[in-house]
Amino acid sequence: MAKVHVTTTVNGQPVEYLCAPEQSLLDVLRETLKLTGTKEGCATGDCGACSVTVDGTLVCACLVLGVEANGRSIGTIEGVADGENLHPIQQKFLEHAALQCGICTPGLIVATKSLLESNPSPSEEEIRYYLAGNLCRCTGYDKIVRAVQDAAATMRGEAA
Amino acid sequence: MSEVRNFRAIGQRVIRPDGVDKVTGRANFGADFSLPGMLYGRVLRSPHAHARIVSIDTKRAAKMPGVHAIVTGADFPGVQSEEITGGEGAGNYKDLAVNVMARDKALYHGHAVAAVAAASIAEAEAALAAIKVKYEKLPAVMDVDTAMADDAALIEEDLYTAGLPEKPTKPSNIAMVMELKRGDVEVGFRDADVVVEETYRTPTVHQGYIEPHACLATINQGGQATVWCCTQGHFDVRSSTSKVLAMNVADIRVIPSEIGGGFGGKTTVYIEPVAVLLSKKSGRPVKMTMTREEVFRASGPASATKCVIKIGAKKDGTLTAMTAWLAYEAGAFRGSSLAPGAMCIFAPYKVDHFLIRGFDVLVNKPKVAAYRAPGAPQSMYACESLLDELARKLDLDPIDLRLKNAVEEGSQAAYGPKFNAIGFRECLEAAKRHPNYALPLGPNEGRGVAAGFWFNAGMQSSAEIHINENGTVTVIEGNPDIGGSRASMALMAAEELGVPYDRVRVQIADTESAGYTNVTGGSRVTFATGMAVIHAARDIVGQCKQRAAATWGIDADMVDWQDGHAVPKPGVNADVKPLSLADIAGNAARTGGPLLGRASLNARGAGPGFAVNFADVRVDPDTGKLDVLRYTAIQDVGKAIHPSYVEGQLQGGAAQGIGWALNEEYVYDANGVMENAGFLDYRVPVASDLPMIDTQLVEVPNPSHPYGVRGVGETPIVAPLAVIANAAHSATGVRIRELPLSPPRVLAALEG
Repeated sequence: MAKVHVTTTVNGQPVEYLCAPEQSLLDVLRETLKLTGTKEGCATGDCGACSVTVDGTLVCACLVLGVEANGRSIGTIEGVADGENLHPIQQKFLEHAALQCGICTPGLIVATKSLLESNPSPSEEEIRYYLAGNLCRCTGYDKIVRAVQDAAATMRGEAA
Repeated sequence: MSEVRNFRAIGQRVIRPDGVDKVTGRANFGADFSLPGMLYGRVLRSPHAHARIVSIDTKRAAKMPGVHAIVTGADFPGVQSEEITGGEGAGNYKDLAVNVMARDKALYHGHAVAAVAAASIAEAEAALAAIKVKYEKLPAVMDVDTAMADDAALIEEDLYTAGLPEKPTKPSNIAMVMELKRGDVEVGFRDADVVVEETYRTPTVHQGYIEPHACLATINQGGQATVWCCTQGHFDVRSSTSKVLAMNVADIRVIPSEIGGGFGGKTTVYIEPVAVLLSKKSGRPVKMTMTREEVFRASGPASATKCVIKIGAKKDGTLTAMTAWLAYEAGAFRGSSLAPGAMCIFAPYKVDHFLIRGFDVLVNKPKVAAYRAPGAPQSMYACESLLDELARKLDLDPIDLRLKNAVEEGSQAAYGPKFNAIGFRECLEAAKRHPNYALPLGPNEGRGVAAGFWFNAGMQSSAEIHINENGTVTVIEGNPDIGGSRASMALMAAEELGVPYDRVRVQIADTESAGYTNVTGGSRVTFATGMAVIHAARDIVGQCKQRAAATWGIDADMVDWQDGHAVPKPGVNADVKPLSLADIAGNAARTGGPLLGRASLNARGAGPGFAVNFADVRVDPDTGKLDVLRYTAIQDVGKAIHPSYVEGQLQGGAAQGIGWALNEEYVYDANGVMENAGFLDYRVPVASDLPMIDTQLVEVPNPSHPYGVRGVGETPIVAPLAVIANAAHSATGVRIRELPLSPPRVLAALEG
C-alpha cells in the first residue's frame, strides 16, 4: 500500500515523513525520525516505555498510528530538557537514583511530566496510580515515587 | 584483609556518570543502533511444544520482495558437546546451538526453526508466513511429575541421568541427580520433638526485563564480525557466538549497548548468532529485536519447581534434621539452576543432619536462564515456608526460631566451606528491633518473615586506568552497567587515587578494548571488577610515587600518597612541594611516558549475602486479593559503595519477589502452548501494587575485599516469596503451598 505523507510537530519542530498506514507512531519515531529515546518494551500498550504526548495527552506511541500524528503536536523525551538544562523531573530522577537500568526512564519521565502538569501536588497514591502504566522492573518504584514527589515540590517552588 | 579506614568517596550518594544520557533519551540501548544498508531479521518459531520437524520449505519465501537471506538449522554447523563455564547458568554449547535454531525437533512453543533477513520488518514477517514447515506433533511434557514418570514421553531420546553411581539402563527426562548430605538424618529425626513435612510448588516465571533482546550484526567477506547487543556479558556473547557458528573468537567483536535489565536473562544468546549468519548470507548488516511475545516464549525463564521439605526440631526450636527433595524444570535442555538452589536451601542454618536430593528435569518449555540468585528463591521459599509452619507449631517467634539456629562466622555451611565474617545474626536482630516489626495489625492482616541467602560470585575481571594529561581519570572495564555500576567503579577509583569523584570517567569497553571480564551477574561486579579497579588504581599510585621520587631525586619507597598527592615520607630530608595527580600527569612525558594502570584478577572470597525481610499483607476475603501494606528488607551488604543504588537493589529484588509470590506465572494450555505471553496477562508489579519498600543496610565487612564489599544484587529476591506466603498464612489462617498466591487460588483456599 502506498505510503502516507504526514506533516506534524515533534518537540516544537515541524516534521514531515512518509509512513505506511499500519506503521505505529513508535516505529516512525524510532526508525524513520531516529528519535530512539522513546523505547519499545512490548508494542502492546502494556509497559509504557514508549510514553509520548499527542497534543498534550499522554499515550503509548505503540498504540498510535504514524498517520494519526498528522497536524498534531508530539512530545517525546528528547524535548523534555530545556536545551542544556535538565527538567526538574530529570534532575530529581538522578538525585534519587530513581533509575537502575534506565530503559523505562524516558517513558516514566514523560508520564511524570504529564502528571505534574495536570496535578502539581499529587498524593503518593495518585502518583502510583498515574504511573501504573509504566513498568519498571528494577527499582520497586520506591525511589521513583520519591523522585516524583521531590520534583513536584521543586516545580511548586518549595525548597527541597 | 579489610582495612579500617575513613572513606572520602565511598558511601557518597553521587549522581551516576551515565545518568544524564539515561534521563534525556540519549543512552543507546540494544535496539537503538543502525547501519547503512541494514536489513531486519525475524524468526519463525514453533507453534508446537514438542514436534518433529519433517521438512522446511523456504523456496517461496526466498522469492518474496525485500528478502535477502533465509537460514534454518541446516545452515548452522554441528557443535560438539562442551560445558559452558563462566556464565551464571548451567548448560552445554551443543544444546545452546540447538536452542538458537532447532534442528530435527522443535522442543517448546517458541523454539526458533527459521529466520529471514529482509529490507523491512513487514517484508521479513511476510516471508516468515510463506515458509512451510511440516511438523509431526509429539506429546508435550509440561511439568516435573509428568516428566519424571516411568512412561513419560522422552524429550531427548538418548538422555541418561548423570550423577548416579551407574549409568541407568534406559533414558529418561531426568538429566541429572545430585545429593548433598551431612550426618544421618534418621538419627536427627529420631532426636526431634516435632517433625514437619510439606510439598511446595513454584511456577515458571520470567525475569521480565523491560528491554527485549536486540542486536545488530555485520560480518565482512574476510569473516570478521561485529555485534552490537544488549547483554550482561559481551565476552560470553563472543564465546557463545563463536561456538554456535564455529568461528574464531578473534574474528568476533562484541560491543555492548546500554542494557535495559537482565536479572540473569541476558547472560546467554538467542538472536546474536542468527544475525551474524543472516549477515553472512546476505552480505548486509542485520538488526534483530525480539518482540515481547518472543521474549516470553523463547528466552530463558526461571525453573518451575516441586520441593518436598522435612524438618525435625526440639521443642526449643533447635533443628535436628532437615531433608529436601527438589525437582527443577530445566526447560527443553539440561541445566537448570538446581545446584545453587540445593546449595543455598539450608545455608543459613546450623544442623548436624541433612540430606538434599535434587533432580534436573527436562520439560517442553524454553531452556531456563539465570534469574537473580538462580535457583535459590524456589528452594528457599519452600524451606522458609516450612520453618514458619514449624514456628507456629512450636509457638515461637519466627525470628527467634531462626536466631536459635543461625549460622555465624566459623559455621560450616551446608554447601561445604566454613563461613567467614557474615551478618545473618545481625540481620535477624535488626529485624527484631525494627519499629515496623512492632506495628499493630488490623483485621484480615498478617505479618510474614523469612530469610534469604546467596553465595555471591567472584570470577574474572580486568580494569585499566588512564590518567589524562590534566589529571582526570578514565577507568576502562568490561561489565555492562545494569544498575549504576559506573558510579561504584568511579567512587572506588576516586577513593583509591584521592581525587574528587567528578574527575573520574568510566568507559565500558568492547571485547577488543577491555581485558577479559566475566558477566555482569552473580552479584560480582562491585566486588570483583571493583577490586580490579582498586588494584589498577594502586598500580597508578605506585607509578606516581616513582615519578615523584625521580623528580625529587629520592627513593620511591620514601614517597607517600596522601589525598591525591605524592608527598615525601616524614623525616625525608627533601625540600619539595607535594605533587598532585595533575602535576605528575602533566609532567609524564619527562618522567617515563603516559600513566597507565592495569589489573586483571580472578576474584576469590566473595562474601555471602544474608537477608531478613518481613512484610504485612491484607487479604480481601471477598476476592482473595492480597495487598502488601508494608515491606521491610534488611540485608548484610558488607560495605555500601553507593548506598542509594544498594537500597535500590533491595527494593527491586523485593518487588520482583512479590510479583513471583502474588501474580507471575507462565500459563500453558493442554498442548503446551503459552497463553499469557505479554505484560497484560503476565502481570509484573506496577507502581500501584506496591508500598514504599523500607530498607536497612547492615554492614559486616567482607574480609576478602579491601573495602569490605560483598555482592548485594541477588540476595534481595530470595526471601520475598516466603515472606509473602507466610504473611498470607497469618492474614488468612490457611497455608497455601503453591505460588502464585493469585486471587482465585487464595479465594479457593478461603472457601476451603
